[in-house]
Amino acid sequence: MLHVAKLARLRLGDAEVETMVGELSGILEHVDRIAELDLDDVPPTSHVVELENVLRKDEPHESLDRDVALAQAPDPAGGAFRVPSPQAEA
Amino acid sequence: MAEMLGLTVVQAHEAIAAGELSAAEYAEAWAQAAAGDELNAYLWRSEDGDTGAIAVEQPRIAPVAVKDIFCTEGVPTTAGSRILEGYRPPYSATAVRRLLEAGAPILGKLNMDEFAMGSSNENSAFGPVLNPWDRGRVPGGSSGGSAAAVAGGLAPWAIGTDTGGSIRQPASLCGIVGLKPTYGAISRYGMIAFASSLDQCGPLTRDVADAALMLGILQGKDPCDSTSVGLPEALRLPDREDLKGLRFAVPTGLASDAIEPGVREVFEETLATIERLGGEIAETPLPHAEHGISAYYVIAPAEASSNLARYDGVRYGMRAETSGDVIEMYEATRAAGFGPEVKRRIMLGTYALSSGYYEAYYGQAQKVRTKIAGDFAAAFADFDFVVTPTSPSVAFGLGEKTSDPLAMYLNDFFTVPMSLAGIPAISIPAGLAEPAGGGPQLPVGFQIAAPAFGEQKLLDAAHALEQAIGFNARPSGAPYAVMDREKRTGSGEGGDG
Repeated sequence: MLHVAKLARLRLGDAEVETMVGELSGILEHVDRIAELDLDDVPPTSHVVELENVLRKDEPHESLDRDVALAQAPDPAGGAFRVPSPQAEA
Repeated sequence: MAEMLGLTVVQAHEAIAAGELSAAEYAEAWAQAAAGDELNAYLWRSEDGDTGAIAVEQPRIAPVAVKDIFCTEGVPTTAGSRILEGYRPPYSATAVRRLLEAGAPILGKLNMDEFAMGSSNENSAFGPVLNPWDRGRVPGGSSGGSAAAVAGGLAPWAIGTDTGGSIRQPASLCGIVGLKPTYGAISRYGMIAFASSLDQCGPLTRDVADAALMLGILQGKDPCDSTSVGLPEALRLPDREDLKGLRFAVPTGLASDAIEPGVREVFEETLATIERLGGEIAETPLPHAEHGISAYYVIAPAEASSNLARYDGVRYGMRAETSGDVIEMYEATRAAGFGPEVKRRIMLGTYALSSGYYEAYYGQAQKVRTKIAGDFAAAFADFDFVVTPTSPSVAFGLGEKTSDPLAMYLNDFFTVPMSLAGIPAISIPAGLAEPAGGGPQLPVGFQIAAPAFGEQKLLDAAHALEQAIGFNARPSGAPYAVMDREKRTGSGEGGDG
């Protein structure tokens, strides 16, 4: 559970972990019913509409202005997104 | 004013075209109605804020209310989540842009389950929406605000999104029409992603003709969404009056114990109405449909866990203040910004996609998806439509199912298979029924599904059935008159009150 939380970049409190263990077990038990189906020769469906190679011309076009794109950021600085240093002391 | 608000959108447009109604006055009347929201349906109203880039100076058609999952330029867009609090997108979704270009003012943004994950609207970070028929009950979800607004007389029509039933189920629980179009019929550009291979925009309206009108505005290929294809032909308003020569399939074994007796009764009555209109009914097996929920609750959380990775406190939305490094900032932001259901699904999806489990879960679910699509293809070789109740129950009580996620997921039992197959399906109000636990009668929805891109035929049949059913009940508190049904009485029989 904590490994999956780490992969998902979620910090879970002790109480959250406890509740979630029970809930996810119940859901997985239901979901596991499909494990019993013999589908070895069945191709998987990732997309329902038949489409192939949707291409467009590679032409330059207007994109969002940098200031507009940065305006929604919690901490814009010097024309970029500022984040805490990866080396910061925890 | 009540008279004006009693019109369907098609009727209002006719009155506007005839010079009997001013589009501006009509829009103003609806803005006032929206301001009286006591259902927590709106998260933001144009009346209360700066509409900025989405302002429509000269309304030409009916104003529309928009689920808060659609980006609206310069206007708050939260997807029902704290993590996007304060976000004002720098662009509008294609669906919104098409409505604005048609001359529809935006009345406001509608409440929803956080990131569209839920069947009761209780997962909104901004409080639940109340069902206008009974304020102690849920409106359904995830487009609960959209359904409650239309049913409660707070908007003439609305748009929502449907990933596993999120348009059809709330439409059913609120006694209105909800259409999930074929996957790809409407652009997903600017629609905040939940499960990209399933998400689809669609209308929530008072009747089938309004749904057809809205779909005509929204549909089309969009260069900004390479999975969009649009509909093969221009839509016309439905005008069919009978169901002669049409074959309706009821999935074998549908009479499961999970359906409330009242819902089953209305379903059976509706089948009888279909036969009276000349339609044929027979059972057909959909052997894999029963595995729809299992496959869906692998595929949708898996795609969600990937789509929601973008909320990291860097580019938009909230950031939790921490003293630590960037990883700690991500984790603290996501812990504070996401609600319990979103965390649950991210965990489920991350697990299903993790090394060693991918094939057993995601791979297997995608194969089930192939089988379900195949079941529908086989049914449509013999039938024009597949019909089911939209939801196993009428609207349930607030808090009744929040402690059991699996019980909540089973609400989607009848709607998920169509989503997995990518086919269009509509829910129309078919009557009223008493809840299993007793109490005043509540709306019951009837679902009709058609082959991919069969929207015109679906809308025609739904319209004919709607006319014959003659459902004209309205929530008692709705601030508008019961709509004029003179033109719409059809056979004049089969009303359920």
